[in-house]
Amino acid sequence: MPNIVIDWLGDHVELPADLTAETLAAALVKVGLEEEAIHGSSVTGPLVVGQVVSVEPEEQKNGKVINWCQVDVGAHNVDGVPVAEGGTPRGIICGAHNFGPGDRVVVALPGAVLPGPFPIASRKTYGHVSDGMICSAKELGLGQDHDGIIVLDRYGYSPETGYDTTPGTDALELLGLGDEVLEINVTPDRGYCFSYRGVAREYSHSTGAAFTDRGLPTGDLPGVTPDGFPVEVEDGAPIHGVTGCDRFVTRIVRGIDPQAPTPAWMQRRLTQAGMRPISLAVDITNYVMLDLGQPLHAYDLAKVAGPVVVRRAHAGERHTTLDGVDRRLDVEDLLITDSPEGVRGSRVLGIAGVMGGASSEVSETTTDVLVEAAHFDPITVARSARRHKLPTEAAKRFERGADPALPPVAAQRVVELLVELGGGTVDEAVSDLNTVPPVTPIVFPIHEAERLVGVPYTSEQVRGVLTEIGCTVRDLDGGTTLEVTPPTWRPDLTGSAELVEEIARLVGYDKIPSVLPPAPAGRGLTTSQQLRRSVARALAEAGFVETLSYPFVNPQSHDDLRLPADDDRRRALRLVNPLADDHPEMRTNLLTTLLGTLKRNVGRGNADLAIFEIGLVTRPVVGAPAAPQLPGGVRPSEQDLATLQAAVPPQPRRVAGVLTGQRVASGWWGAGRAADWTDALAAAELVAERVGTRVEVVADHDHAPWHPGRTARLELTDGTVVGHAGELHPKVLETLGLPARTVAFEVDLDALVAAAPGKPVQATPVSSFPLAKEDLALVVDDSVPAAAVRAAIEEGAGELLEDVALFDVYTGPQVGEGKKSLAFSLRLRGTDRTLTAEDSAAVRAAAVAVAHEKVGAELRG
Amino acid sequence: MSTPDPVQPAAPSPLDGPALEAVLSEALAAVESARDLDELKTVRLEHTGDRSALALANRQIGQLAPADKAAAGKLLGPIRGRLNQALAARTQVLEAERDERVLVEESVDVTLPVDRAPAGARHPLETLQERAADFFTAMGWEIAEGPEIEAEWFNFDALNFGPDHPARQMQDTFFLQAPARPDGEPGEPSNLVLRTHTSPVQARTLLERELPVYIACPGKVFRTDELDATHTPVFHQVEGLAVDKGLTMAHLLGTLDHFAKAMFGPEARTRLRPSFFPFTEPSAEMDLWFPQKKGGAGWIEWGGCGMVNPNVLRSAGIDPEVYSGFAFGMGIERTLMLRHGIADMHDMVEGDVRFSTQFGMGI
Repeated sequence: MPNIVIDWLGDHVELPADLTAETLAAALVKVGLEEEAIHGSSVTGPLVVGQVVSVEPEEQKNGKVINWCQVDVGAHNVDGVPVAEGGTPRGIICGAHNFGPGDRVVVALPGAVLPGPFPIASRKTYGHVSDGMICSAKELGLGQDHDGIIVLDRYGYSPETGYDTTPGTDALELLGLGDEVLEINVTPDRGYCFSYRGVAREYSHSTGAAFTDRGLPTGDLPGVTPDGFPVEVEDGAPIHGVTGCDRFVTRIVRGIDPQAPTPAWMQRRLTQAGMRPISLAVDITNYVMLDLGQPLHAYDLAKVAGPVVVRRAHAGERHTTLDGVDRRLDVEDLLITDSPEGVRGSRVLGIAGVMGGASSEVSETTTDVLVEAAHFDPITVARSARRHKLPTEAAKRFERGADPALPPVAAQRVVELLVELGGGTVDEAVSDLNTVPPVTPIVFPIHEAERLVGVPYTSEQVRGVLTEIGCTVRDLDGGTTLEVTPPTWRPDLTGSAELVEEIARLVGYDKIPSVLPPAPAGRGLTTSQQLRRSVARALAEAGFVETLSYPFVNPQSHDDLRLPADDDRRRALRLVNPLADDHPEMRTNLLTTLLGTLKRNVGRGNADLAIFEIGLVTRPVVGAPAAPQLPGGVRPSEQDLATLQAAVPPQPRRVAGVLTGQRVASGWWGAGRAADWTDALAAAELVAERVGTRVEVVADHDHAPWHPGRTARLELTDGTVVGHAGELHPKVLETLGLPARTVAFEVDLDALVAAAPGKPVQATPVSSFPLAKEDLALVVDDSVPAAAVRAAIEEGAGELLEDVALFDVYTGPQVGEGKKSLAFSLRLRGTDRTLTAEDSAAVRAAAVAVAHEKVGAELRG
Repeated sequence: MSTPDPVQPAAPSPLDGPALEAVLSEALAAVESARDLDELKTVRLEHTGDRSALALANRQIGQLAPADKAAAGKLLGPIRGRLNQALAARTQVLEAERDERVLVEESVDVTLPVDRAPAGARHPLETLQERAADFFTAMGWEIAEGPEIEAEWFNFDALNFGPDHPARQMQDTFFLQAPARPDGEPGEPSNLVLRTHTSPVQARTLLERELPVYIACPGKVFRTDELDATHTPVFHQVEGLAVDKGLTMAHLLGTLDHFAKAMFGPEARTRLRPSFFPFTEPSAEMDLWFPQKKGGAGWIEWGGCGMVNPNVLRSAGIDPEVYSGFAFGMGIERTLMLRHGIADMHDMVEGDVRFSTQFGMGI
């Protein structure tokens, strides 16, 4: 994001003398340009101008020659007296050789800290005490040139150019190293703020400071000439019907001194803006781009053969961009080409608006320069920049929408600078291919801003703001409606809502009152939302801790959980761009990721654990349609909506829990109790109970990752499986490195909620007749489930049975091999009478008879 | 204390007043000197039992002349009555003493640990979302939900992020592969993403519900940010949307101020700064006045908001010239970090039980 150098901003708008980066940030944020960072100086003083008094080369044993220099640093000399007044200079060791006596240089004195950080101290080296350091540009963070130290005259800092370079002068200030630079965050709608021109305008909007728009075309611009450099646009495949290039201005400057350096002030500004100075012609185009917002390109005129043809790439065409990468072009890429040996458009010069090529680049021998200032289609540039992963400064500006009126102004500015700084001569040849369509006016009801913002803006405020931002405003219908033509640099202003924002923003968001809207009549949480909360709360009350996990899964986990090859849970959706390459899948069950949470907790020494998670899993449907790509801004047809819905995979909400270690703690009261399969099943049943859905518990001998002998399947009364609970398979626990006997449950919460009765409970009257109790011990085969015995008792006992509870399970010699005894206590009660001993005996007999018939039960003797 | 010999009691005549008084005095003294209920039981047996002096005296009444019987009865009755009263009174005193002693003897060390069953807890990110939902339902709003894996159309296009919109590139989106075709070739583009915000629920709501709409949508969202102290690829937002006739930015600000107070206390308020989101116009960043800010009260960023962009309304077939609406969204993680002084995102996402346990059942 752009860096704002305060004195540069001052070229466009009046600034108070005491403006700091912080106050600038405060002014800009009011109009929507947010502070990203304030970059302070990376060099801290003392850094001063020195004049070299003498240089004594000394050859070292290794053959290297270093210089023992005496440098006059004015009041910072050893005795505090400048050499001119008879003072003694400082002795400094320097390894560079590009300077001599009399040169003015930059000296970092002991106590200074250079970028790195690299603190400077007085130190003994090469047999001398070096009392400071003579700095290169790179050492000061000013550029890449490391070979030589900065000789101020050659950098353009001399009394002749208006700089005080008296020995001892503060060089931090001289070089601008002490300046704070404000980095701002520009939202995608404000492309014009990628320039000093735009930011200055916004500063003016915020503060009322006087602003001069240096980007407006003026009458001074030279007209097109017949001998202007020939340019043709041949867009055979415009995107969305918009031509890739609707403006292309060329200018020519001849006779530039290829050795002319970029002046210090420009290098300094470029560096502070975060760009690297390269060469005069390139620096000028970058400088004008930063200044006005128009990306520019400088070609070596000798290497471009007219006509320039702007066209889409051919299939299979290749091009080596400036960064040295040979790229395979896409037929959507818009190219700048030229026509060597008369073959039109046969040579690629660059990808339009993104990056040029090496072949036509200005070099250290270039004397004649062809300047390009064009306007390209934002979408074309955005797609190319994305396709080739080249988010260049030019692309950033074009894809956000550059000002199509700006190219001739920016080209003129480049020409002026090349003449002034490079000693060139302007060629009269000018070409300007211009097919820019006029800006479409917006019909704007004058009260629209009030309707949407709730502030009664006056007609003067509305017109004033719109004019201030550069719009042309014309009254329609006697002034109740305006016809507003946005300025060329605001392609984001396409409708009345955008204009409303401008009015609200410039008058101030702080003028908007705070009004609570009148409450509509709501229905509160849905049943499903209430039930889910109830489940979460019940589990937490039961001692489970709620956790959350990322839904990203390693496919290896399916094997770790011993899922069969054809298990549905292996059919996962994959991410195109996972954060971790080994976790590309979206979870199809909660347990996989919940076990990861368990493992992390165990690893951190949390031994007794009961945790749960409620979350979505993804269960892709085989043969689901791809989601259609539809335009925004119109309601899709019912059929398209249905396809959209069908393309989104089912994402049922699940609840899962795992327990390990002690469920009841041991302590001074005695032994505790380890968590076992019953805890997992009880939790699953608690979930169903809270939802209010009846589930049947059935043994499941084959459902990974659970133990084949200690796992229950939960079914709805219609047989739909809604979950599993029990002990995990020992091998799974071993593979995952989890404690033995860890138990778990996972239940489909959505299915449970869908099956909930949803109707009010119909109450059964409570009988006040006395209770009769019967105990019953039945012997059955080991393989008979207790639930089946219980069901048989319930069936046999009939209506008088109020409740039945299993209170003992016995296996052993008294009942014989392969048998077990189940003891039930029955609570019997009549609704209309006191039960007699005969009633109880009859119930008991009937229960035993049915149990015998259904599950082969015998009354225990 | 001298205990009279119970074996050979001297039985006074029931007509001998002074002798009976003497027996009574002796008995009353014994009752008073009984130190506990066991001693009192012995005293009771001795002085009121079958072989006690008074019982024996009583027995003699039967053998008296009829004229003497009434006199003896009048003499003996009150004496026995006084003794029984004394016994009852002493019993009460001694029982009270015993009860008190038992309670002292039964006392325990109540500072012993008593937490046999480990405490459970909700995750604060979940309870905070529920709290936000409660706030909105209390205002009459409803809570809407949507899928986490979402069609790009709902996540972007319906919200005015066209395919080439720069903001669409800035969302750091997770994209989903289409399942491979049976022949092993890669499938069509799935056009599915992990939703980058809860805003697709806005689009779904506007398509499905009748106007006016006042909904809040808490939920999980995804961006391709690596986990660090301030970022997580999976996080939570709560989004609000109101579409009705006559809604303005003033109503947006009023709702935000009210919500800020519910989350951060009566001193809280919000302010708006111009910003940009494709699905709102005008758009704003929302700052929260945060009295507990480290280093002194001040404004901090809390979320984004604005008036629903006319194109979003049109995507749902709503006429933007008749209806207007506002929308806002804020991060649940950020809200939790601010409210509870949480410095590092890791604690919220790693699932360490020690984190959730601090919050218990609610926040």
